[in-house]
Amino acid sequence: MTRTGTNTAQETGHGDISTGVAGSGDSNASATRITPGNALRPEDIALEVRTGQVKPTADVAEYALRLGDDALILSQRLGHWISRAPELEEDVALGNIALDQLGHARSFLTYAAGGMDNPDGTARTEDDLAYFRREHQFRSAQLFEQPNGDFAVTIARQFMVSYYQFELYRRLTESSDATLAAIAAKAVKEVDYHRDHSAQWILRLAGGTEESRRRMIHGLRLMWPYVNELFQDDDLTERLAQAGAAVLPSSLREDFDRLAGELLAAAELEVPEVPAAPGGGRTGKHSEHLGYLLAEMQVLAREHPGAKW
Amino acid sequence: MAAQNLQSVPAEPQAEAAQEQARQHQADGQAYFDRVMAEDSRIEPRDWMPPAYRKTLLRQISQHAHSEIIGMQPEANWISRAPSLKRKAILMAKVQDEAGHGLYLYSAAETLGQSRDQMMADLIAGKARYSSIFNYPARTWADMGAIGWLVDGAAICNQVPLCRASYGPYGRAMVRVCKEESFHQRQGFEILLELANGTPEQKQMAQDAVDRWYAPALMMFGPPDDDSPNSKQSMAWNIKRFSNDELRSRFVGMMVEQVRVLGLTLPDDQVRFNEDTKKWEHGPLDWNEFQEVLAGRGPCNAQRLERRREAHDDGAWVREAAAAYAAKQQAKETKEFAA
Repeated sequence: MTRTGTNTAQETGHGDISTGVAGSGDSNASATRITPGNALRPEDIALEVRTGQVKPTADVAEYALRLGDDALILSQRLGHWISRAPELEEDVALGNIALDQLGHARSFLTYAAGGMDNPDGTARTEDDLAYFRREHQFRSAQLFEQPNGDFAVTIARQFMVSYYQFELYRRLTESSDATLAAIAAKAVKEVDYHRDHSAQWILRLAGGTEESRRRMIHGLRLMWPYVNELFQDDDLTERLAQAGAAVLPSSLREDFDRLAGELLAAAELEVPEVPAAPGGGRTGKHSEHLGYLLAEMQVLAREHPGAKW
Repeated sequence: MAAQNLQSVPAEPQAEAAQEQARQHQADGQAYFDRVMAEDSRIEPRDWMPPAYRKTLLRQISQHAHSEIIGMQPEANWISRAPSLKRKAILMAKVQDEAGHGLYLYSAAETLGQSRDQMMADLIAGKARYSSIFNYPARTWADMGAIGWLVDGAAICNQVPLCRASYGPYGRAMVRVCKEESFHQRQGFEILLELANGTPEQKQMAQDAVDRWYAPALMMFGPPDDDSPNSKQSMAWNIKRFSNDELRSRFVGMMVEQVRVLGLTLPDDQVRFNEDTKKWEHGPLDWNEFQEVLAGRGPCNAQRLERRREAHDDGAWVREAAAAYAAKQQAKETKEFAA
């Protein structure tokens, strides 16, 4: 169980991933390894919510919904790579990242659900939120729903997401809301690895062949317009940041730009000069892509409303 | 080649000595191999082994690896539509495990002298086989349950004895595979149990899946013993420990017990325990269908291979880039070291 960097499998819970080329990781680790006892699971949060130990304020619930939706939509995208990746090691790696993101989504959504009731008065669950909301009710930023494209496009999206999430979760560990802080503490360790994975691939693709460099540049240009939205503040984040519960998105921008810039410079790439898209995901205004993603994700659950699985 | 060259020139004393040495090496190797077989011990990659033993193992292990890789597809088909987030996470982890199994089985096969690239090329070219069960479609969510319960269940019956296979790397790989497979079977059983106790529609979905996967799962153990030409040699080499029919019978016995707990039925009214032979028996299986699917005429053969080919071809530029980058880095390091 060795891995480049300081993370151990125990910290991530899913076992290790190899980036497929360096050969330093144990890519054979089982994804179904039992999660260590000290890790925070969505089931633990559900129990705390059910027994009344924790209950998010309406603002915190809305904030958790945003972060949960980001992770859920990304996980849905990444899951598509499993059985389609360029190398078996990448089937494992992208699958592992998808699993991590799904784990974060489940925690955030479970917590968010604790602050909302269903119209019929029953307690809301992560699945109610994932499967029975409509497109305009999703609060994810538009970057997360962007199609996978080729491997370089996916890596470009991974790079922007993981550099953003790392800065966010790192700070969120100090949230005045203990549950948000606990979820972030688990997530940041995993996202640190996602960051390493994407950085390694940016370097390889940029410094590999002419074709890979061309594709990498294309991928970055395609995804960069959606970066801006990640750092937009609004009334909710300002209120929560004031209270110490959330991180003001705009406060992450400087570190993101610096660190992302360093990596791009190391890969001899330019920061893409492309106009920013206006965003709107946080208020339910999505790109054209999300509807299809949700239609597929929700179809079976909606065929059997009320069923247990 | 070297041996032929030696024979093509008049034997010189030196060459004769080399030939004699080679003969002695072979005889010593065979003696050691025979002793290992007799003691039911293990052969390791550097040990001498009969060419046929090597060939048989290479075929079996690579087929096993291919089965893991192709076997990802029917389940990956439901990751995006899994009906709860928990089920989605479990399914994703399971399919990811299968990629891991493929990786370590390819590694075990590589110790026998063939590269993973070559094995992958053979698979994509349609020259290599994989378990024909994966040429059936996963039509409903309940298939995730039936595949876990029946297909992984049959795989475990087959694979637990392989943990003692005489070839070390294979046996050790199987220990790990089996641990994870037993988790996979449990999650399949759990999916079916939940469905069987759910709405009438869900229960119907579960029964339909069991009906469709039962016979193909039984055929995973291979043809009946009197029609399985390679079995005897594999057993003599301590690779295979039990006959196809023996394993199939054990599996049926296990399923009979478990299907009761599920509250479902097996689509076979001839299942019975034979008191005389002390073995479980089952109804006739359609071996013609088995041969058809094996010959490429199954419901999903073309689709499965095409998906693998597509992933491989689409990923070619990525693998080339990674190799080019690694070469450049190495050149850089060498230069720095020299300077």
